[in-house]
Amino acid sequence: MLKPHIQIQDLNVWYDTHRALKDITADVPAYGITAIVGPSGCGKSTLLKSLNRLLEETDRVRVTGSVLLDGADIYRSGVDVTDVRTRVGLLAPKPFPLPMSIYDNVAYGPRIHSRRNGGHMDGVVERHLLEAGLWDEVRDRLRAPASRLSTGQQQRLCLARALAVEPEVLLCDEPTSALDPISAQRIESQLQALKEKMTILVVTHLLRQARRLADYVIFLWMGELVESGTAAQVFGAPRDERTRAYLAGDIG
Amino acid sequence: MKRRKLEEALFKMLMMGSTVIVLGSLALILATVAWRGLPALNLAMLTQTPKGGYYLGREGGILNAIVGSLYLAGGATILAMVMSLPIALYLQIYAARSRRAELARLALDVLWGVPSIVYGAFGFIIMLWLGMRASLLGGIIVLALLELPIMVRGMDEAMAMVPLALKEASYALGATRLETALKIIVRQTTPGLLTAILLAFGRGIGDAASVLFTAGYTDRLPDSLFGPAASLPLAVFFQLGTPFPAVQERAYASALVLTIIVLALSLISRGLASRFTKHIIR
Repeated sequence: MLKPHIQIQDLNVWYDTHRALKDITADVPAYGITAIVGPSGCGKSTLLKSLNRLLEETDRVRVTGSVLLDGADIYRSGVDVTDVRTRVGLLAPKPFPLPMSIYDNVAYGPRIHSRRNGGHMDGVVERHLLEAGLWDEVRDRLRAPASRLSTGQQQRLCLARALAVEPEVLLCDEPTSALDPISAQRIESQLQALKEKMTILVVTHLLRQARRLADYVIFLWMGELVESGTAAQVFGAPRDERTRAYLAGDIG
Repeated sequence: MKRRKLEEALFKMLMMGSTVIVLGSLALILATVAWRGLPALNLAMLTQTPKGGYYLGREGGILNAIVGSLYLAGGATILAMVMSLPIALYLQIYAARSRRAELARLALDVLWGVPSIVYGAFGFIIMLWLGMRASLLGGIIVLALLELPIMVRGMDEAMAMVPLALKEASYALGATRLETALKIIVRQTTPGLLTAILLAFGRGIGDAASVLFTAGYTDRLPDSLFGPAASLPLAVFFQLGTPFPAVQERAYASALVLTIIVLALSLISRGLASRFTKHIIR
């Protein structure tokens, strides 16, 4: 296993009195795709959103424990959440373009961080639309409202928008659940290409998708981490009975 | 089975009946104002200040009240806007569903219900205390207070419709709450904000009681923030109050002008709003 990029240590999350995550400890290696799998309601999205501190935008949520990003705890007091979220991007389950043009959607991140990345904004926008595999479809209508794109295109726009901030980690929360199979396939292949450059975490309840994408796997069950390791190990020789039952389709 | 069908038919008739009554009243009001006001409406009404005999003028026009009303309601709306947007953004972005925010909303709802004559009386007392005379400025401030709760609650409701996922999309890109508020939420809710502003303007320009003591009335055009200003609702009130049919007729013309101003503004704001809807995310 490579040097861990993210180290999750004794992470607990409560929604009001409901304990959604219980003492999660896991390492996420640098680069590659780590899939977080498990049945609905087992805390997959909660775990994902605790990695960029987006969780705290929800009412009455409490987090304990720590998440180390390159060795530094993002929950330490004095940490700027906007800085964490600049380093850790998110692709949400349902695409939500920002209420502006296609161009401005991609430029939004670089603009608020006043980054030009050594070039003109047009170049930044083009590069990230290319990276997300959307450039050819929108190159002639960059000024059109993003809301006019199809759902599949919107999700790739959301990917381009996240990439434009140049995060080192990309969190994907069931990124294809709202998409048709063709669009889903496109997102998957973009992620496959991107994993050479950044650490990607994908939450999915589709085992087939996890098998296609994952280099590493974290298996959650009712808020507990049951098993984690390389895809070959977790899928090939699961150690825990629950993992085995879930993979066999007996539970969840 | 038959009873349930009858029930449905009965309630459907009730609902349609209520709708017809409301729409009918609106049509009747517009028709009355137009029918009584149109004959008295002429170019002089719109371009001249009151002249001639009787105390509010049989001759001349109501330009003093038109300009006064636009200044009063326009100034009040701008002032209220400057205060409302920050309040609404605070309630939505920072306070959200906290106790503090709920208390503020309750207070605004109570303020919304306070009769405008109470605002007028309150403003009058303050002005006496400050040694101010009835003036355009006094009227603008009191009208702004009257408009504020409508505008804030309207904006608040519009912003409450913004999906959490859209805000999260902005936060997830490393945006601060302020950036999210100004660049995403305001854009997403522009039509709703315009509606809130227009509603408030409508209440402001149509209100007589709050400006009675605070802005006063004058036959001349308002020429200073510290001098009195006329207004259309008061023009209607005074003209109708005279015992002269010729002047009373002019009251309907004034009412017609007031109605047309509000109507025109709501059409303009609808046009503006539709220009902003193309970017809205549903």
